[in-house]
Amino acid sequence: MSSPDPVRDSFDPRPKTRGNVARVSAALFLGATALGVLALVVLLADIWRDGAGSLSVDFLTSFPSRFARRAGIKPGLAGSLWILALTALFSFPLGVATAIWLEEYAPRNGWSRLIQTNIANLAAVPSVVYGILGLAVFVRGLELGRSVLAGALTLTLLILPVLIISAQEAIRAVPNSIRLAAYALGATRWQTIRQQVLPMAMPGILTGTILSLSRAVGETAPLILVGALAFVPFVPNGPLDGFTVLPMQIFDWISRPQASFHQIAAAAILVLLAVLLAFNLVAVLLRNKYTKTL
Amino acid sequence: MPSTLHAPPTAPTVIETEKLSVLYGSAAAVKEISIAIPTRRVVAFIGPSGCGKSTLLRCFNRMNDLVPGARVEGRVTFHGADLYGPGVDPIEVRRRIGMVFQKPNPFPKSIYENVAFGARINGYRGNMDELVERSLTQAALWDEVKDRLRMSALALSGGQQQRLCIARALAIEPEVLLMDEPTSALDPIATQRIEELIYELKSRYTIIIVTHNMQQAARVSDRTAFLYMGNLVEYGPTNDLFTNPREEQTEAYITGRFG
Amino acid sequence: MARRDEELRRADRLVAPEEQDVAGPASEQPSGAGPAYSEEQPAEKALDVLPQAYGTAALAKGLPEAPGRETVRLPVLQGPPRRRRQEALISGILFVASAVSVLTTVGIVAVLLFEAASFFADVSPWEFLTGTTWAPLFQPQHFGVVPLLAGSLLVSLGAALIALPVGLASAIYLSEYASRRVNRIVKPALEVLAGIPTVVYGYFALTFVTPLLRQVWPATEIFNAASASIVMGVMIIPLVASLSEDAMSAVPRALREGAYALGATKLEVSTRTVVPAALSGIVASFILAISRAIGETMIVTIAAGATPNLTLNPFESVQTMTAYIVQVSMGEVAFGSVEYRTIFAVGLTLFALTLIMNGISIYVLRRFREVYE
Repeated sequence: MSSPDPVRDSFDPRPKTRGNVARVSAALFLGATALGVLALVVLLADIWRDGAGSLSVDFLTSFPSRFARRAGIKPGLAGSLWILALTALFSFPLGVATAIWLEEYAPRNGWSRLIQTNIANLAAVPSVVYGILGLAVFVRGLELGRSVLAGALTLTLLILPVLIISAQEAIRAVPNSIRLAAYALGATRWQTIRQQVLPMAMPGILTGTILSLSRAVGETAPLILVGALAFVPFVPNGPLDGFTVLPMQIFDWISRPQASFHQIAAAAILVLLAVLLAFNLVAVLLRNKYTKTL
Repeated sequence: MPSTLHAPPTAPTVIETEKLSVLYGSAAAVKEISIAIPTRRVVAFIGPSGCGKSTLLRCFNRMNDLVPGARVEGRVTFHGADLYGPGVDPIEVRRRIGMVFQKPNPFPKSIYENVAFGARINGYRGNMDELVERSLTQAALWDEVKDRLRMSALALSGGQQQRLCIARALAIEPEVLLMDEPTSALDPIATQRIEELIYELKSRYTIIIVTHNMQQAARVSDRTAFLYMGNLVEYGPTNDLFTNPREEQTEAYITGRFG
Repeated sequence: MARRDEELRRADRLVAPEEQDVAGPASEQPSGAGPAYSEEQPAEKALDVLPQAYGTAALAKGLPEAPGRETVRLPVLQGPPRRRRQEALISGILFVASAVSVLTTVGIVAVLLFEAASFFADVSPWEFLTGTTWAPLFQPQHFGVVPLLAGSLLVSLGAALIALPVGLASAIYLSEYASRRVNRIVKPALEVLAGIPTVVYGYFALTFVTPLLRQVWPATEIFNAASASIVMGVMIIPLVASLSEDAMSAVPRALREGAYALGATKLEVSTRTVVPAALSGIVASFILAISRAIGETMIVTIAAGATPNLTLNPFESVQTMTAYIVQVSMGEVAFGSVEYRTIFAVGLTLFALTLIMNGISIYVLRRFREVYE
């Protein structure tokens, strides 16, 4: 019935094979995605298994000791809290101010684009390099020594680029019509920013800040460079005191050969993850609440 | 286009331009326009899209300053004072010449705060509640919102939001109100209310309205200016311009042959 | 003519505003076309201004002198100098804040170069860059950075071997196959993976992956590159997945629809249409991921080892540049000594390497950015 058609017959659709290949590959893609999720589950399960048994109130309130059974994370928690507070104190105003300048004031010329590119580059610099910078400038240069302050300043520089970028996005998301309305009423640039733009952008800015700070809480390498100590039998009383942080204690314990220390390292990890989870939940809740209000 | 074509008003003028041009790079959006706006009248700018009417409007409150790359040449005077003179602060200009935009843009705050904002940044020290009530009354919105002043302005309908924007602009007691296609985003009923409002307002304020709707210009304005491709083609009393236009282009536009 | 004079006189009064009568028509030529539209003269009411309420602004607006007569001062449009100063001050403060970011880069470069310069006064750059033994803390001292570099590259490329295919496949799945519901669960899960601190990954590598590897391949040392590679690979999957997915989302629907309309299967559309169309973004994400792996510290410090070792065997212990920097700074090293300065020399190498890779990534993104319409 159908006469041989040289053009049509030179197509070889082979629907069955193509269909099979398509199905197999779909499964492969799904498998790859599942791999990532699976890895997460395995990781969390393993840590829970190792460390849940060592969790206790004593664990949270004791100092580290030579005996794993009696060791606790009190100095780490205290130090992390100090670091968190000081880093927030420095990074929030600096980051938001930079973002405001870049979005609202900077003339659109080569210089501001340079600053923008510079910030993007800084976001990709390895964290240990920031530690080196902190060592040279804050510990040695400004003679702050191995102090909480030096650590916080170093971490501020580390998280500043990401904070700036997310704050910029939040400010950019404010519709321009609002600015025009304010200007048309005779508002100055700062009045417009402070009374209209910033309040609207603040939820987004806060979310970005919280996420950046949670990253700072989990950092270890820069603080090692700056002199966070491994074995600290005290809690910092002032910004110039020595300190340790929770990730540092984890690192110290995992570096020891005894399995008992590995166990409490796992317990400390659980505490750290719980803290970070709390941070991220707050950030997500904040984002959801204000997206609904608008 | 020769500037003698426009018929100057026979009332005192508040804003006058002299060979006003606005250029973006080398392209001119407004070409050497000379026009005089009479006090406490409604003047309409009409013309096809892109003819420069909004650009011209923005010269009067120096909002073109905010457009990157825009350059203004020529003169604009307000009660004789050069708006672009040396040392003139655009803030001061905008406190005397207010603006309402095409798409209502209330702040995401309460109705009260929307109206109060302009007054506050102007250093208002009087009774704010009275000012808010007076402004909302002038904008024919008071009765509808007096019981919910603390509610979000975004909960209002489009037409109400636009009247709120008008109230907000009136709260700082400007002399001139610039309206850039204020009803093009609104439904016919809301449009009608605003046109009525304009008629009430002109006893106290000078109003310049840009509109792409010729019928609206015919309804609300005392004088009309027809712009085409950046040029002022014709300017005169509304009745005259619509019933007996002097320029061929004007007639072509209002009879719908183009635009 | 008279009108022009009037205007000029008005302009002159800008500097010294005087009162001026504005009663009646200021300057008119009779309009040619018939009588002016009938209008009453504007009522001679005073400007409705509340002077006390508005402060200085009201003065500039003009106040009625006497009832029945409208007198207006020439408006003063200059604005109080205090306002200009305030705005300039704020602008200045904000600019200084922005300068911090510039100073950070300057600081990093200056610190690294300065200290590395005095290091290279003692150690020849040639030996540093080409020497295959790294033993700065022992006698005799050797300062060849190649083993550290090799260690970093070995671990990173191993991580890339895992992260790039899995990440890209995940991105394809999420972008082309997955339903919105799946997306809403899987994407945050991957974000969580990216947010886990690297010490935690190090723990996982040492206590879970290494024992597993030793069961499968008994010759595996306790500290080895493979564990670190595997775990680092998992850590980087979200980076590759999200950047690649962004690149693929930017491909317009129309392109996909065209391919489907030709009878292509989803696989063919994804791999032959979308991926090539998003290639610059995907390649850029690959390079960025490898750069990130090279810069990572804690996983390798905990799990990969502390012995510089020039090898291709991932089951041996190696030391990366980052792990070395940590090791030295934790030890007792005299400030100002050559050993101390190795921190900066190695740091400079690390910084330069990641900078170059990031630069290449941006270059690839810009130069080969696909234009869709």
